[in-house]
Amino acid sequence: MPDYETFEHDVLVIGAGGAGLRAAIEASVAGVRVGLVCKSLLGKAHTVMAEGGIAAALANVDERDNWKVHFADTMRGGQYVNQWRMAELHAKEAPDRVRELEAWGAVFDRTKDGRILQRHFGGHKYPRLAHVGDRTGLEMIRTLQDHGVHQGIDIYMEHTVLSLLKDGDRVVGAFGYERERGRFKIFRAKAVVLATGGIGRAYKITSNSWEYTGDGHALAYDAGADLIDMEFVQFHPTGMVWPPSVMGILVTEGVRGEGGILTNKEGRRFMFDAIPENYRAQTADNEEEGWRYCQGSKDARRPPELLTRDHVSRCIVREIKEGRGSPHGGVHLDISWIKQKLPHAAEHIKRKLPSMYHQFKQLADIDITEQPMEVGPTTHYIMGGVQVDADTQMSRVAGLFAAGECAAGINGANRLGGNSLSDLLVFGKRAGEFAAKFAKKNSLGKIDDGRFENVAREALAPFERRDAENPYQVQKDLQDTMQDLVGIVRNESEMREALEKIDGLKKRAERAAASGNREYNPGWHTALDLKNLLTVSEAIARAALERKESRGAQFRDDYPDKNEQFAKVNTMIAKAADGSMEVRLEPLPEMPDYLKRVIEENS
Amino acid sequence: MATATFRIWRGDANSGEFRDYTAEVAEGMVVLDAVHDIQCAQAPDLACRWNCKAGKCGSCSAEVNGMPKLMCMTRLSELPLEKPVTIEPMKAFATLKDLVTDVSWNFRVKKTIKPFKPRPPDAADGTWRMQQEDIDRVQEFRKCIECFLCQDVCHVLRDHQMHEKFIGPRFLIHVAALEMHPLDTEDRIDELRNEQGIGYCNITKCCTKVCPESIQITDNGIIPLKERVVDDFYDPFGWIWKWMKQKLKS
Repeated sequence: MPDYETFEHDVLVIGAGGAGLRAAIEASVAGVRVGLVCKSLLGKAHTVMAEGGIAAALANVDERDNWKVHFADTMRGGQYVNQWRMAELHAKEAPDRVRELEAWGAVFDRTKDGRILQRHFGGHKYPRLAHVGDRTGLEMIRTLQDHGVHQGIDIYMEHTVLSLLKDGDRVVGAFGYERERGRFKIFRAKAVVLATGGIGRAYKITSNSWEYTGDGHALAYDAGADLIDMEFVQFHPTGMVWPPSVMGILVTEGVRGEGGILTNKEGRRFMFDAIPENYRAQTADNEEEGWRYCQGSKDARRPPELLTRDHVSRCIVREIKEGRGSPHGGVHLDISWIKQKLPHAAEHIKRKLPSMYHQFKQLADIDITEQPMEVGPTTHYIMGGVQVDADTQMSRVAGLFAAGECAAGINGANRLGGNSLSDLLVFGKRAGEFAAKFAKKNSLGKIDDGRFENVAREALAPFERRDAENPYQVQKDLQDTMQDLVGIVRNESEMREALEKIDGLKKRAERAAASGNREYNPGWHTALDLKNLLTVSEAIARAALERKESRGAQFRDDYPDKNEQFAKVNTMIAKAADGSMEVRLEPLPEMPDYLKRVIEENS
Repeated sequence: MATATFRIWRGDANSGEFRDYTAEVAEGMVVLDAVHDIQCAQAPDLACRWNCKAGKCGSCSAEVNGMPKLMCMTRLSELPLEKPVTIEPMKAFATLKDLVTDVSWNFRVKKTIKPFKPRPPDAADGTWRMQQEDIDRVQEFRKCIECFLCQDVCHVLRDHQMHEKFIGPRFLIHVAALEMHPLDTEDRIDELRNEQGIGYCNITKCCTKVCPESIQITDNGIIPLKERVVDDFYDPFGWIWKWMKQKLKS
């Protein structure tokens, strides 16, 4: 067997996006030795692509905002299957986390009186998103990165974790490889924080990068943690649809926050056609009111374009299905129309949405200050993930923590735009803090040599296979399966078919081959990523089958309505003793009265 | 469907060669799409970095037909496809494999730059006040996606390999963003002149030309920094003023 290099840390953080960096910083501040492992170079993680902003009730633009309104908005957006305690902590702590970024050098756009500017976003009652044009994620990750590198954290760039290591019931490290030379590494740690992001690469049309293969979800599942809410996959309403090579690339909700409107091929603003009951009182009933809202008028209600993402996506799908789509199978998103309202509109658009302007100009030959964009839904985010304790972020497995997109609970059935970046900060900090505490109380565990030698052997198997499956093709076929059969509109027969196909794909994945050597070999890496992708795909399909209703991001045409029976449960996925995937319904914790009152007061 | 030839550099730090691959060309395709297609069908172990595919992360830097570019933002329709499209790794850094280079030096350099040090908060709640017009310039610098194309094209690094004496345009812009940050109180001018070697930049503006974020690296960042260095070290009135300040302090 080959040699393994071994590293020791108190806390090992896997993933260096917003949550991972924030966790690593916090753990380091607590005085423990921290290792941070990431699949890409530092600063390239998915957080860098976030555009619109960080949701936090700073009340800089509208003094009526506070944590209670943010909490109520988050719960309503999540259709009340969120973990209330996480939503509460998130709403209360987000403002401090944003201000802290400023103390670390972030430069947010400003209000006239020099404070952090906030913008409107879907489902948020007041302008709440601290932002930097439409590149907020870049500002956030760079701030954390530049602050983090001075904290004495050991950073392992371009490393992939293949398996968590356990000593009895406790997680005591991770086993993986470095991409550059393909050498195996053992990371021993007293506590491990998963911050690996999402699963978007399981779908064909996605805004997500190659990294999003559900690693944290699958590692935790294999280590014995529970996954909840896996059926709730967010299809962002506005991804690019043309040209084909850019299909799925994100178009920020900020476009609509700045006054952008959605129209069908007849030029109709179709979002006015179906406003859900629980949002009717908060939604404008005419175009003029919607515009005034975007301009900051406090007596106006939001335009229907700023309803929650699940709803907007479904309306777009309806328009396309009923033959009212745009030429390339999307709908129109128009920000250029604001020149009827604003002098110097083109300059305004370029200042507020510079990277959207750039992106369309360069990739689609469209000048968004002059023409509408063509957009359609794109797989963007998963609300589901590792079940964690709300306060500590520890999973059911001792020593294993999770934060950010790979953890679940705060978002329920649908995430509000902007709540992700704040989630990363709030719960990344908590995960780092409590992982450090756990590490201080525990010693390094024992590592079972046989365990990682098996993992290593399995990892090298693709090089032994000849005339076998092309891993890229297996991945593509999985993406087609999930897109077609477990997508925005679902039903039982299609999802059963998907599960059968996933079974077949698992067998093909076991035959996936790699050529060449172990040095920076993307074909090999793709073959290794398949296992996690297949695990999370199966979890999504099984959870979606179990929830026999439509709620939030899950829409089933065989159960098109909400069902009370599912109003107070989460789906929960766990690995059974025989290795099969088990799914059950788990009752939600009962919300305390003071929070019920908060929701009533803000309905 | 139309096809094109892609002449891609394959190899490692020691040896390598260009190899030709033929790939189909569809409307709207970018160079990175072609690289992915070739990876999927012909060369599964072809190494390249990428993440966002939308010009936001700065991972897929390479030299396309000799020009430093982000592969994800370079449309095939902009290139003459009647001849092979050459794709090769950045030259200012050692090649690891194929299109992937060893950019670790950049991360080491950044760590040596003094971090942000804010003045005490302006308000009782621990927050600061800044006017938008006072941060426009800093925000321009903070658009940097760290693709390192400016480093690649800078002749001090590329041709003279002075990585130990000069931090390159990326990090001069990083220093500029810190120095011009309205809240920052740190002083980085001494290092700029000495360890960081700002004097080696002779403002040929190659960096500015290749910046995918259109940051005015030379005009807005490096030249003002050079002026600060001159003010601090070569201005006799500045000397007297500094001497007086010292006296007043003591």
